[in-house]
Amino acid sequence: MTTETTALSDGDMSGKDWVAICQLSDIAKNTGVCADFNGEQVAIFHLFSKTLGEQSEVKAVGNYDPFGKANVLSRGLITEKEKNYHIASPLLKQEFCLATGQCLQDESVVIPTYNARVKDNMVELCAKTAATAVEV
Amino acid sequence: MSKQRIVVVGNGMVGHHFIDQLTNNHSDQFQVVTFAEEKQLAYDRVMLTSYFSGNDLSLTTPEAYDEKGVEYHINEKVTGINRQEKTIVTESGKEVAYDKLVLSTGSIPFVPPVPGKEQEDIHVYRTIDDLDDIAFSAKSSKVGVVIGGGLLGLEAANAIKQLGLETHVVEFAPRLMAVQLDQEGGDLLRNKISELGVTVHTEKNTQEIVQGENCRYRMNFADGTFLETDVIVFSAGIRPQDHLARVSDLSLGERGGIAIDDHCVTSDPDIYAIGECALWDNKIFGLIAPGYAMAKVAVSHLTSQEKSEAKTFKGADMSTKLKLLGVDVASIGDAHAQTPDAQCFSFVDSAAGIYKKVVVSSDGKKLLGAVLVGETSDYGQWLQLVVNDMALTRPAEYLLLPELDDEGASESGVDALPCSAQICSCYDVTKETISKAVADGAHDIAALKSCTQAGTGCGGCVPLLTQIQNSELAKLGVSIDDSLCRHFAYSRSELFDIIRVKNIRTFDALIAECGSGDGCEVCKPAAASMFASLWNEHVLDEELVSLQDTNDNFLANMQKDGTYSIVPRVPGGEITPEQLIAIGEIAKEYKLYTKITGGQRIDLFGAQLAQLPVIWKKMVDVGLETGHAYGKSLRTVKSCVGSTWCRYGVQDSAAMAILVEQRYRGVRSPHKVKMAVSGCARECAEAQSKDFGVIATDKGWNLYVGGNGGMRPRHADLFASDLDDATLIRYIDIIFMFYVRTAQRLQRTSVWLENLEGGLAYLQDVVINDKLSINDELLLQMEHLVDTYQCEWKATLDDPQKLKRFNHFINSDKLDDNVIFTTVRDQIQPASKAEEAELV
Repeated sequence: MTTETTALSDGDMSGKDWVAICQLSDIAKNTGVCADFNGEQVAIFHLFSKTLGEQSEVKAVGNYDPFGKANVLSRGLITEKEKNYHIASPLLKQEFCLATGQCLQDESVVIPTYNARVKDNMVELCAKTAATAVEV
Repeated sequence: MSKQRIVVVGNGMVGHHFIDQLTNNHSDQFQVVTFAEEKQLAYDRVMLTSYFSGNDLSLTTPEAYDEKGVEYHINEKVTGINRQEKTIVTESGKEVAYDKLVLSTGSIPFVPPVPGKEQEDIHVYRTIDDLDDIAFSAKSSKVGVVIGGGLLGLEAANAIKQLGLETHVVEFAPRLMAVQLDQEGGDLLRNKISELGVTVHTEKNTQEIVQGENCRYRMNFADGTFLETDVIVFSAGIRPQDHLARVSDLSLGERGGIAIDDHCVTSDPDIYAIGECALWDNKIFGLIAPGYAMAKVAVSHLTSQEKSEAKTFKGADMSTKLKLLGVDVASIGDAHAQTPDAQCFSFVDSAAGIYKKVVVSSDGKKLLGAVLVGETSDYGQWLQLVVNDMALTRPAEYLLLPELDDEGASESGVDALPCSAQICSCYDVTKETISKAVADGAHDIAALKSCTQAGTGCGGCVPLLTQIQNSELAKLGVSIDDSLCRHFAYSRSELFDIIRVKNIRTFDALIAECGSGDGCEVCKPAAASMFASLWNEHVLDEELVSLQDTNDNFLANMQKDGTYSIVPRVPGGEITPEQLIAIGEIAKEYKLYTKITGGQRIDLFGAQLAQLPVIWKKMVDVGLETGHAYGKSLRTVKSCVGSTWCRYGVQDSAAMAILVEQRYRGVRSPHKVKMAVSGCARECAEAQSKDFGVIATDKGWNLYVGGNGGMRPRHADLFASDLDDATLIRYIDIIFMFYVRTAQRLQRTSVWLENLEGGLAYLQDVVINDKLSINDELLLQMEHLVDTYQCEWKATLDDPQKLKRFNHFINSDKLDDNVIFTTVRDQIQPASKAEEAELV
């Protein structure tokens, strides 16, 4: 299983409960927002580029930065390295993989990831993906 | 053990170098006393001409000497030595005992015995006092003549020209720089100098100086011709200043000069002589590098337990490279082909004004000497070939044909140098030392200069230094690739040009033009900064918002807990009571922590993302605007109160600071830029620690550039003096935009200036003389930025689309419940984790 979901496919998550968060247009391209997802803070990012075939993709990870100990990751900068997308914390710039939650600078740190998709122009979130279940 | 007392007579460049070398390494063993005949401590005589451009030539300060425990007496001439008692006496009657005496009395200008030479507006050219005298005479003059077309004479001509006089050079020999150049090189130099408006008269023997008809004086020449002039400067050579040694019965040369041995010891074992006053092997060395070498030899002898192990002076290479009246000139080794059977090859490009001659051994295998006029980039390489007696790898004529010289050849040239090769002759730095410094981490020129001192004297070796550094880095496997990041194979300044020329306004377009992938934390903010520097569109516009770094991203400074601080602009630090009260009311309403910043404004901490727009609405309503404390852009212009209130102020510094701050507010640059304006020389605004510092003079403003506080403090360099308001602004405009265009990402002006090839002098050439012919364009660019300024917060408040991002949650109005404050000294503060646990 991977955590990857795109605008075109909701993969094998179709049987789960999806929660609508906001309109896709509420998230500027290649930036993030923070969602209140059943009391948890989730950072959702809207990826869009030529590399990605000019198709919108959404990715979701926990909003909490375990290094800075603050809820800030939605306000970070999206980076691309060899086609892997990371979110760089706005505090001390550690990068976390948007697909797996793995920290690039410290392999012992993994942040939670969430299933996210776009359906009818709405961004939706689904249950947290356990960090241990992540295929790296 | 009591300290030995060393008395140093003469505080010129060499005397100072001796003191520096001695006190840096052996301060515990010696007590140093020095006497300066001049009214100030050592200064850079080599750069004397730049005194008129306002350069501070000082090599040291009274404070620096105090700190080292060096006792100094300025304006105090030493008149006698009592060698039996081991004391010296001064003009004012002081008597000081010495254990060892060092004579570094330098030289005196030679004035030929021409009748009429002793008159009011006839000068010599050696000291700052001489320059002041020349400048004083120039005020009431139109024409100036320099007698002597040697190296110093041409320097003096440059000084005369800078003072705005019609300038003539009169030379006895058939060519200029007769010692260093051959006839052809001299002729070319003459042509170039004539083009610059300096008239050259060769083969003129001045017979007498009499009263003139149209000018103050008339010089009559032996050939019956004459020249009228108001000012005359003699620069007909130097003579060793050996008077003191002469009256003390030390051995002298037949034609003067204090005789020394290989350890720089005179005929009295307790007295050393170094520099231009010393005569070694019947030769006087009138250049700075041999003087420094002698200083080192004397220190070595003084401090060595085993005198036989001390360094020795072995003569010096008299090769020189310099810029005379803007013309590059160099002479290496046997420039006149005096070696038996030497062969010469030359290359002349009269259109470009380039002359090169090489002198090679009869078998063509070794380079013996060279002359370069108009273009001297080969100097470093060739000097090494000569000094190290290296075999040429190709026929000598190839040296003259750079276009046939395929790339890599010059690299192998550097690699072929022996480890012992002296690269910097001013500070005696070898290739080995440089290689080691590079291996130890000095990966840019500024770092290499600061840890080895190489290149910090005359600067002539910097190109060679750069080549060695690059070659060493390549060997270490360190890439000298200056690509911005993995997404762009271009440096920042190259990208800047691409963006400018191709009018690129979005990151997607930039990637499509010259990059790959989707960008990263390096290139995105760099691109955002360049777009802003060129086009000045709102940083939160749809196409730009995803590129912004942490603070620009929400137009506020993020703090450790994810809250923000807010800094309204307070131009020049001037603020009305009403504005102060308004800021206080807002801080009170939103319970913000308030602190006065170092830049004379007020920082309000602890605002949550969602609170930023409401707080800014109130700020804008009372007429406050964004302070760009979050941007890599102009921060503040600090000022003192200036002449309006201060008893000492000579200009209205507060008004100037406000003018400057309002002009450059919001201008984004490679890194943050700080400025300050002081109303007098007391410098209360600390302008010399800023990127741009302005200090009032009674005639206008002095402009300083490249200062820095923070982690790596640097005093700013004086860029220009006594500027009027318009020129000051014009210079700042050009320097600022030139920095924006050419600096590396996140490079402050201090490091930028240090890495700029040619340094301050080059920057002055670019800005003041428009060397690159880009000033009009730079001024237009700055004008565009000034004209398109907007308060980013006011614009944001007017745009609902932009405001949408200013909520902690996209799907709720709640605030972040992880932001927890405690109260300390009556204000909020982020709670520690332990405090949080207690408070929640």
